[in-house]
Amino acid sequence: MRDYEKYIRYRTFPSPWCPGCGIGVTLKAIATAFAELDLDPDDIVAVSGIGCSGRMPTFFNTNTLHTTHGRALTFATGIKLARPDKNVIVISGDGDSSAIGGNHLIHAARRNIGIKMILINNGIYGMTGGQVSPLTPQKFVTETTPFGNIEPKFNIADLLMGAGATFVARETVNRMKPLKDVIKKSFLHKGFSVVEVISNCHVNLGRRNKMKDPISMTKWIAGRTVTKTQYDKMTPEEQDHKYPVGLIHENTSRLEYSELYYKHIVPAAQEAAKKGPGGAAFAAQKNTITYRGSK
Amino acid sequence: MSEEKHFISGNDAIAMGVRLSRPHVISAYPITPQTIVVERLSEMAEDGSLDAEFMHVESEHSAMSAAMGVSAVGARAFTATSSQGLLYMAEGLFYASGGRFPIVMMNGNRALALPWSIYGDQSDSLGLLNSGWIQVYVEDAQEALDMVIQAYKIAEHKKVLTPFMVNLDGFILTHTYELVSVPKQEIVDKFLPPFTTVNKMDFERPMNMGMSTSPKDNLEYKYQQHRAVMDSVQVIKDVDKEYEELFGRGYGGLIKSYRIEDAEAVLIVLGSITGTVKVVVDKMRADGHKVGVIKIRYMRPFPEEELLEECSHIKSIGVIDKNISFGYEGTVFTHVNSAIAKSGFSPFIMNFIAGLGGKDISKSHIEGMFMTLLEGDKKKNKVQFVGMGVQINE
Repeated sequence: MRDYEKYIRYRTFPSPWCPGCGIGVTLKAIATAFAELDLDPDDIVAVSGIGCSGRMPTFFNTNTLHTTHGRALTFATGIKLARPDKNVIVISGDGDSSAIGGNHLIHAARRNIGIKMILINNGIYGMTGGQVSPLTPQKFVTETTPFGNIEPKFNIADLLMGAGATFVARETVNRMKPLKDVIKKSFLHKGFSVVEVISNCHVNLGRRNKMKDPISMTKWIAGRTVTKTQYDKMTPEEQDHKYPVGLIHENTSRLEYSELYYKHIVPAAQEAAKKGPGGAAFAAQKNTITYRGSK
Repeated sequence: MSEEKHFISGNDAIAMGVRLSRPHVISAYPITPQTIVVERLSEMAEDGSLDAEFMHVESEHSAMSAAMGVSAVGARAFTATSSQGLLYMAEGLFYASGGRFPIVMMNGNRALALPWSIYGDQSDSLGLLNSGWIQVYVEDAQEALDMVIQAYKIAEHKKVLTPFMVNLDGFILTHTYELVSVPKQEIVDKFLPPFTTVNKMDFERPMNMGMSTSPKDNLEYKYQQHRAVMDSVQVIKDVDKEYEELFGRGYGGLIKSYRIEDAEAVLIVLGSITGTVKVVVDKMRADGHKVGVIKIRYMRPFPEEELLEECSHIKSIGVIDKNISFGYEGTVFTHVNSAIAKSGFSPFIMNFIAGLGGKDISKSHIEGMFMTLLEGDKKKNKVQFVGMGVQINE
C-alpha cells in the first residue's frame, strides 16, 4: 500500500467524475500531502459544498461533511472554532466558492480562520451540464452563454488578498508535484489558506470551445501557465489570460482566528461567568472547552 | 387549430411554454432536475427563436431578486428552480408575493437535504405554501406546457397580481418524454397579450416601491394579498375555460376527479402519481370495487369548496402525501382534513406517506391503500408510511 492510500476510502469508488477530469489529480495531490505530513486521518475534517468537487470528501478516509451549496466555509468555521486542534480542510469548486458562496470566501479571508481551502477552478458548473460561472474565461461558449461570455472573471488571488487572506497560491492539474507541494505548504500555514487549482472540464466547457478531450484542455492550461516570477516581469497585455502559479502571497504576522478567540474572548467570558448566576461551576465548565480546544 | 406534435420531456415542454409566453428576462441558477429548462431556453436564444435577455446570476436568491427587478419595471420575468434552490429563494418568494410581482417560476419537485437526494418528492414546494404564491401541480408534460401559458395570464390578471409556481415531479415529469401538442404562437399571442400593470416603476410618474408599514396598516396589506389569492379561484376557472376554447385542452379548474360518482373509497393525490392511480382504479373497478381518484391541481388557492362538493358522499378518503411534516402528518392530508372538518361530514380518513426521495409508488402499493380504505379499520394508525424497504426498529 502506498503512503497516500490510507487516506482514500476505496469502497466509495467509482467516482462521479468523467474520465480525464482534473479533480481526480487533485484528490491524489491532497492525499499525498496528508501522507507526507503524516496526519492522522481521524484528525482531519474534510468539508465540501455542492458540485463535482463537492463530491471529493466522500473518497477521503477522514471525517467528512457534505454541506449545502456555497456554505462549506461556514460549516467549517463552526468546526474549526469548536475544535481548533483539528485539520479542517474545505474542498470547493469555482461556482460553489465564488458565486453562491462568494460572501463566505471573503469573510473567511478577513477573519483569517485556520481552514485550508482547496478551490478547484474548472471555470464552469460541470455537474449541472455546463453553465457559466464567475470564473469562466471571457468569450467562452457555455450552455448559458451561447454567444460567448461577456463577463470578466474574478481573479481569485487578488480578491482574496484584498479581503486580507494570509496564504494564497495557485497551481494547475498539469503540475502534480508542485501542486502537492503547495497544498502541503498551505496545510502548514496557521491562518486561512487557499490553493486555487486550475483544472479541466473538457466535457462541459472544452467541448463547446474546440477542446473536447482532456489532452487539448490541459494543453490549453499549460499554454497559459507562467511562474510568479515570469508573470511579474510581464506587461499588463502579456499578463492577460495568464495564470501565474506557485505561492502568490503569504503573511505569517497575523494571528489565526481561533487562536485569537481562545486568547481574548474565552478568558474574558470565564471572568464574566464567575460573577454570573452559574458562578465558579459554570466558569469551570467553560474552562474544559478551552482545554479541549487547545490540546 | 392544428398543432404541431413534439416528442419532448417535461423540461422541454416548460421551455416551449415559456418561449410561447414571450418573457423579457430569464434569470436562473442551475440545479438538478431543472437545468434542462434553462439549457433549452438558451438554445432557443441561440437559434433566434426566443427574444429574451438572460441574466447569469450567482445564486437562486439572486435569481429571484433579479426576477423581481424585472417585474418591478413592468416586464415579464421567468425563473426556474428546485429543492434546495427553492428554499434558498424563500426570502424572495414572500417579497415577490407581497410586492405583487406576477413572476412565473417552474419548480422541479425534489427531496430536501439531509440526507442528500436529487430525486423527487414534494417537500420543497409544500413547505412554502405560506409564501403567497399560487401553486399548481401538473400531471404530465402537456399540462406543464399549457400551465406556463395559463400561469402568466392568471398571475398578471389585475385582480390577482400574484406570482405563480408551476410544479413538476422531478425526473418522473422533468426527464420523461411524451408526445406534446405545441400551440401556435399567433393563437398564444391572442390569448396572452403583452403584460401591462399599474404596479410598476414608471419613470414619467416616479413612485416608491418596497414600503414599510406600521402596525396600524400591515394587516390591511396582508388582507388584500389574501383576497387576491382568493379571487384567483374564479380567474383560474375563467382562464382555463378560455384556454380550452382556443386550444381544445381544459383542465377543469382546481381539482380533477376520476370515477368518483358512486365511489366508496377515494384517493386524493397531487401531480404525476395520478396516472398510476387511475390505472389501479380501472383494474379495481373491473374487480367490483367502487374506487376513484381526485387530483388536486392547485394547493394555493386551496380548492376547499370544489373538494367538498365532490366528496361529501364518500365514506372513505385517503390522501397520498409525497412529503411529511415531521411529528404530525402529510401536508395535503392536513388541508383535506381541515376542509372536511369545516363541512361537518365525517368520512373514514387515512394518510399514506409515500414516494419520498424518489421511491417508487407501485400499483400494488396503491391497491393496498384502497383496500385499507375499503376495510375502514378505525383502529389503524391514521398516518401510514407505504413501501418501507427495511424494517425500522421502534
